[in-house]
Amino acid sequence: MFSVMPQSETAVRLRGLRKEFGTVTAVDGVDLDVQDGEFFAMLGPSGSGKTTVLRMIAGFETPTAGSVELGGRDVTRLAPFERDVNTVFQDYALFPHMSVLDNVEYGLRVKKVRRAERRERALDALRSVRLEGMEGRRPGQLSGGQRQRVALARALVNRPRVLLLDEPLGALDLKLREEMQVELKALQREVGITFLFVTHDQEEALTMSDRVAVFGHGRIEQVGTPAEIYERPASAFVAGFVGTSNLVSGEAARAVLGRDGTFSIRPEKLRVVLDASDAGPAPDVGSDEHAAAGTVAEVVYAGPATRFVVDLDAGGRLIALQQNLQVSSMDVTGLRGARVRLVWQRRHEFAITS
Amino acid sequence: MNLSRPARLLFRLVLAAGLAVIYVPLLVVLLNSVNADRTFGWPPSGLTLRWWAAAWDSAGLRDALWTSVQAGLGATAVALVLGTMAAFAVQRYRFFGRDTVSLLIILPIALPGIVTGIALNNAFRAVLEPFGVGLGLFTVIVGHATFCVVTVYNNVLARLRRTGTRLEEASADLGADTFTTFRLVTFPMMRSALLAGGLLAFALSFDEIIVTTFTAGAGVRTLPIWIFENLFRPNQAPVVNVVAAALILASVVPIYLAQRLSGEVGTH
Repeated sequence: MFSVMPQSETAVRLRGLRKEFGTVTAVDGVDLDVQDGEFFAMLGPSGSGKTTVLRMIAGFETPTAGSVELGGRDVTRLAPFERDVNTVFQDYALFPHMSVLDNVEYGLRVKKVRRAERRERALDALRSVRLEGMEGRRPGQLSGGQRQRVALARALVNRPRVLLLDEPLGALDLKLREEMQVELKALQREVGITFLFVTHDQEEALTMSDRVAVFGHGRIEQVGTPAEIYERPASAFVAGFVGTSNLVSGEAARAVLGRDGTFSIRPEKLRVVLDASDAGPAPDVGSDEHAAAGTVAEVVYAGPATRFVVDLDAGGRLIALQQNLQVSSMDVTGLRGARVRLVWQRRHEFAITS
Repeated sequence: MNLSRPARLLFRLVLAAGLAVIYVPLLVVLLNSVNADRTFGWPPSGLTLRWWAAAWDSAGLRDALWTSVQAGLGATAVALVLGTMAAFAVQRYRFFGRDTVSLLIILPIALPGIVTGIALNNAFRAVLEPFGVGLGLFTVIVGHATFCVVTVYNNVLARLRRTGTRLEEASADLGADTFTTFRLVTFPMMRSALLAGGLLAFALSFDEIIVTTFTAGAGVRTLPIWIFENLFRPNQAPVVNVVAAALILASVVPIYLAQRLSGEVGTH
């Protein structure tokens, strides 16, 4: 006798996934591999197809074409209750006629887990989301943040292979959202389950995930670590959606960079140098640097940093973010209309394919 | 909005007058049911429970009451099953002619009873009688069900529209098959809507007289028909008053319950 442990490394594998609603193509050919234990974000604007992909993984939508595999098993045609995934819904979808404890026990109850065991596991799950003592309440008696935790506990108590989260923090206010970001991340590390979450908030995606897939128009534009996505956007769409898009193209690219094409430079990589003279490269531009002269069109003082909107002489407009290390609002507000030079290191400019 | 003192006074008077028109006659019926004077002289010459005792002993009345309860329960049962199924079909599925079906289901409640009555009478006699099924309790139940379905349908439809499918998705996601989801989530969410719709259906059936007249046949007498027949017999008038008084008391409870249940679930 020997036993084969099918230790698949891939938690979710999507191949050629398509979904059409009537004449609208919501998902237009998506290939994706999510590894076991990853905290994976699907990031994109509304209508980019990310939620539809999530719903196809959960089994609420049937793909028009393509396949969904969970842990190496093709589940494309299986019903939601036949899949080893659980979902935290955007509006939580707690059962209003059941107590918090009954909500959390639900998944175990329908799988015929014995009462004593399911109670113990449910209480455990409630403890892990810091909701002990709330088990007798109805969802209607909880705050938004508490409901969110109940939804998490209700999904996690089943120990699914993959936890799907649909804009899980979307309904919370800013402060609570930031708290929950940290908490979710810690929880994921603790339970070791693959988290696949959908968000339109680029900051959320960058801060929480191991890897991000950026969605646009029903396709995946780029997959990578947050740093890769941010520092090396693969397309103008990604550059524009993740962070502030600072694109130099056409005439300006030829004049400033001496190259043809479209290039992206992140605002915080630009140094603003006050410049009295218009002639020649300033003496403090190094050989590994590029510089461009321009006029300050707008100055926005934003507490820890100041944003300069600069119209380049060569055409185009760049935004530069400067930390307010020494300056205060008094110093910067008078700079509108001033002549400046933007200086950056060449390694921070990235060519973008259309 | 702030109103001036005279305006406030005026509105209060109008409200009081409106309510008085509805409720003073009901109060008179209640009083007359214990009025010792057989011709309902006013003010009452004395109080008596004689008429209540007479009503209790009237076999015709008891039969009629029992017939009405049977008809009401039968029509309500039919309405609950058909109304719920129709509401699910219309709310959850897209199919050809969906809006038309919805309209056709609601129409009977707006249709004049006399039209429904004549139509059903003709249909029953043309279709059922050749098979040996005459007019009777069964045809009364079918007749009542045509408009009772509407109250259940409307209640369930509104509830389905409000709850959507997200709770059922959550249930399926947690591993419950379709039947378990219906038992543990869909039905409990529906329960109060069904109860409210059922109570209204029963109430509609219970005081229905026009359609009943056309579908009851000779032997079947529901309570409203019995009242109508006895109202103008001088020696039965006090008993009719008692029935009216009892019905007033009996209808307060279900209407109160139905109203509370309609708004209960979903209002966090």
